[in-house]
Amino acid sequence: MHDFMKIGAFTAAAVTAAAGASAATLDDVRAAGELACGVSEGVPGFSNPNSDGDWVGLDADVCRAVAAAVLGDANAVRYVPLASKQKVLAVSSGQVDMTSRTTTWTMKRDSAEGVDFTAVVYYDGQGFMVSAEAGIESAKEMDGATVCVTTGTTTELNLADFGRANGLSLEPVVFEGKREAVDAYASGRCDALTTDMSQLAAFRTSFADPSAHKILPEVISKEPLSPLVAHGDNQWKDIVTWVVFGLISAEELGVTQANVAEMAETSKDPNVQRMLGTSGDTGGLIGLESTWMVDAISAVGNYGEIYDRNLTATLGLERGLNELWTKGGIMYAMPIR
Amino acid sequence: MSQSKSAAKPRLSTQTAWSVLSQGAVLALVMGIVYVLFSNTQENLALRGIESGFDFLGKEAGLPIGDSLIDYDPTRGYGYAFLVGILNTLFVSVLAIIFSTILGVFVGIARVSQNWLLAKVAAIYVETLRNLPLLLTLFFIYSVVLAALPHPRAALELVEGVYLSKRGFYLPRPLAEDGFVIFFIAALVAFALGLAFWRWAVIHKLRTGTSVPGFWGGIGIFVVLTGLAYVLTGRPVGSELPVYAGFNFKGGIAMKPEFASLLIGLVLYTAAYIGENVRSGIQSVQAGQIEAANALGVSSGVVTRMVLLPQALRVTIPATTNDYASLVKNSSLAVAIGYPDMVSIGGTIIGQNGQAVEIIAMWMAVYLTINLIISMGMNFVNARVQLAER
Repeated sequence: MHDFMKIGAFTAAAVTAAAGASAATLDDVRAAGELACGVSEGVPGFSNPNSDGDWVGLDADVCRAVAAAVLGDANAVRYVPLASKQKVLAVSSGQVDMTSRTTTWTMKRDSAEGVDFTAVVYYDGQGFMVSAEAGIESAKEMDGATVCVTTGTTTELNLADFGRANGLSLEPVVFEGKREAVDAYASGRCDALTTDMSQLAAFRTSFADPSAHKILPEVISKEPLSPLVAHGDNQWKDIVTWVVFGLISAEELGVTQANVAEMAETSKDPNVQRMLGTSGDTGGLIGLESTWMVDAISAVGNYGEIYDRNLTATLGLERGLNELWTKGGIMYAMPIR
Repeated sequence: MSQSKSAAKPRLSTQTAWSVLSQGAVLALVMGIVYVLFSNTQENLALRGIESGFDFLGKEAGLPIGDSLIDYDPTRGYGYAFLVGILNTLFVSVLAIIFSTILGVFVGIARVSQNWLLAKVAAIYVETLRNLPLLLTLFFIYSVVLAALPHPRAALELVEGVYLSKRGFYLPRPLAEDGFVIFFIAALVAFALGLAFWRWAVIHKLRTGTSVPGFWGGIGIFVVLTGLAYVLTGRPVGSELPVYAGFNFKGGIAMKPEFASLLIGLVLYTAAYIGENVRSGIQSVQAGQIEAANALGVSSGVVTRMVLLPQALRVTIPATTNDYASLVKNSSLAVAIGYPDMVSIGGTIIGQNGQAVEIIAMWMAVYLTINLIISMGMNFVNARVQLAER
């Protein structure tokens, strides 16, 4: 029943929102004095409330960086936890200004669902976790297995595709929330749990005995995860896109949380000067202050720092694909000029 | 009648005119609001670049469904996937209505029983189940009771071929073998003969006054003839036993834990309400009527069937109609425990293609249809029961 009410509320918002309110998200955020940022219901490393009730993780830091760039205050964020199937509606209806919650960039979502993707913050791929005692080495050996999965995700579709492509009969048990799916797997209801590799690693650490679970080597899909904004507000889309590019550029250029203030004053590199507003006014191009990236980097650090703090330090996730393009990965920011 | 009506027509009182006018105004207002809502929705959807319309129903769904009554695979369309959900909703609702009615009647009778222990147990059951949120009951059954069962590797074997594990309840599947068609026809004939005997017994009693045990006789005829046919056609019903292979049981009939939890939860919850309806129905019949019947020497079975039930049902049926409707709506809690009912699958479709307005409209249409049909059926039954009143 609560499902109806949630979706009903979104629909009501979609129906009653004044036409054109979505055209100036920047003004709305400034007027409200806070950024309504949709996050997950709790995925360690990406967005998860800590013991003090603060949201931490890579996705939460992206919210913070945008709030810092737009409002000058990284704490002016209202986090809105969203289930997978609510995320698109919450953005298209204007219930949140953006989401930063492990959402895969797909053509259909981008074109036909009233939302736009911005820039990839994490290149992920879907995999399987199984109990170590099942004794299987490859996902191709899973014929007949029961798989726990979350509804409203690309994961669910990839699972069906993988079964079809490899002639495996996989029996899905589909849950509304990620937590329920993980609990059902942990209780032995399913032989396997499937979601993005990074999240499998995160959930594995949350089990009583992580070594009793094994992540299979197959990566069965491409999952480029990107923040979402509502379709039709180009300025707001530019802001979120370029804040993400700014964080990646900062890592490329060696600008860190610790040295950003100093770099803004002393750096002789024109690229750094343009990004940090020392020369020219890149912030003005997207309607922000010239110090937009100084504010963002002082709040959360550059992309590498965000990654290390949230994913490497706590979950032991390697950079892999998410390493900078100059270091063998594919993280590549468009030039800020 | 018609004359007096036409005579009254020309003298349309001011009051009638006002009431027509005001009702017309209210109707216009409602239509206006509906129009504004509709056009505003269309405008907003177009503005946000969201598709609308029902074209998506034919597109390939691609989503996996774990529990389906009809043959489903991900290459089917969204409309077909939604149909799978509707059937699952109907299936669990119909079974839950049947079992909750049976359990509810027992609970109601136990509530008014002279047996102190039985009455108290029933009272505790009703008060507990009625006062707990159904969602909590479902979670408890799903993640505490059923999850405590053993892994399929070490499944409990109740009798040969019947297994109980945390992956579900597995039964042998009956298989039709050679000669099944002949046996099936013979069974139908036996059923018809049994029915005919019962009818004959009723008519015979009305004509002559002599009582023949028609009901039990009819059942006896059916059972004996069917059994005979089964042996004569060479036992044409085999069975496919579930066998543990690889990850799970294969073959047989499977009842998944999600379905089992939802069914058990709905039955226990609704039976508590139906039990109360039955109790209030029984207590509404005046004690004097039962005493009078007893004084006339009528047997207790006949008292229950001919005196107590017809009067009790008048009170019980309307209230139970509401509980059936609630049960159907409550089945949407399936989504919390992973059973693919209509709301779960519809929610998935919204997640995949974002067309929430259409799916919500379809949900409402289906629930409305189911509940109106239940309401019609129950009103029909109620009308029949009312006729029995003198």
